[in-house]
Amino acid sequence: MLHVVGLGCARGGAAVLSNVSFDLAAGQALVLRGPNGIGKTTLLRTLAGLQPPITGDVVMPEEAAAYASHADGIKTALTVTENLAFWAEVYGMPLDLAVLDSFDLAALRNRQGGTLSAGQKRRLGLARLAVIGRKILFLDEPTVSLDTGSVMMFARWLQGDHLAQGGIAVIATHIDLGLDAPVLDLTPFKSAPGTGGGTDEAFL
Amino acid sequence: MIALLKRDLRLALRAGGGFGLGLAFFLIVVVLVPFGVGPEREVLRPIAPGILWIGALLAALLSLDRIFALDFEDGSLALLATSPLPLEAAALVKATAHWITTGLPLTLAAPLFGFLLLMQPEAYGYLLASLLIGTPALSMIGTFGAALTVGLRRGGLLLSLLVLPLYVPTLIFGAEAVRRGAAGLDASGALILQGGITAGCFAILPFATAAVLRINLR
Repeated sequence: MLHVVGLGCARGGAAVLSNVSFDLAAGQALVLRGPNGIGKTTLLRTLAGLQPPITGDVVMPEEAAAYASHADGIKTALTVTENLAFWAEVYGMPLDLAVLDSFDLAALRNRQGGTLSAGQKRRLGLARLAVIGRKILFLDEPTVSLDTGSVMMFARWLQGDHLAQGGIAVIATHIDLGLDAPVLDLTPFKSAPGTGGGTDEAFL
Repeated sequence: MIALLKRDLRLALRAGGGFGLGLAFFLIVVVLVPFGVGPEREVLRPIAPGILWIGALLAALLSLDRIFALDFEDGSLALLATSPLPLEAAALVKATAHWITTGLPLTLAAPLFGFLLLMQPEAYGYLLASLLIGTPALSMIGTFGAALTVGLRRGGLLLSLLVLPLYVPTLIFGAEAVRRGAAGLDASGALILQGGITAGCFAILPFATAAVLRINLR
């Protein structure tokens, strides 16, 4: 379902990764590893379509992917339910409030986003992934600021709900989620220094 | 699109100041003018249309930098860019929400402020019409400017420098329509030209705004 062929991506005009290739079928996950600055976020942003690749191709069904960044995109003046309802409506999905239980947010449903702790915000950000109904998820450090219990809860949702229903996930993370998923170390794909990114020429 | 519009309006209401701030600023500008130039009818009456239009323009400018900055900071702009809603539509919605929270209240309150500047009664209708036709263009141009400066710290001043020159045609025809109305002349030409500018802005700028956002989000 997701085919990545010879992908090269750049950050700030300098190539960071080159020739990344992998294939994922429905129900599979891939964990991205590598030292800080290797280009995990850049790779995920390129896959999600926020920046164009400098070489190679990403082949996947249209309107199937979703992206979750370091920032959760939570509106501080909206309540937990309103935040989720907004994203569900943008993606044209009905809002199933059972998701509040899967992410332990039921008690917080009427709290404003601004009053949540960092971990609670993250849980809300992850719950967004469950309400938008997308099959292919690009997750950038999804477990930052989560406690051990919440990490387990998220891993349970990912394995038991998302992947079990034929979803795909590409996850950049440093901790072990306990997923039955292959690990891709990005270190061998590091671009040789001095190879140009050429982003500006490409779009001007 | 409706979801984003509802969210933005709700945020403007809850965050406070969305509706009131621009209006209060407009009021203060209008009240300050008689202190500056004197309260005589002969002095105020001829400059009233120009003052009202410049006041409306500055009030619209006040809240421009918030259009995209907050969404950019909390990450929801990147999430919106990867959502099924095209960025062009998001730009259009953002401009519309800005107009509903600033342009529309300004338009509705303007006749009252015209009274403060001793404007001729015949000109009220033209003031209302020209603001109604012209302020959407201010919001759309401003949205484009906000997209250009979205990633910058303290982009507010740069935004004003970029956007104010683009406001000139709307200002000229807007103030001209009110002036002609006050003098009892035919103002339809100025109003039609203003409508043309607004329609042109809404036809072109959502695409330009989306292109600029895509570059700024890389």
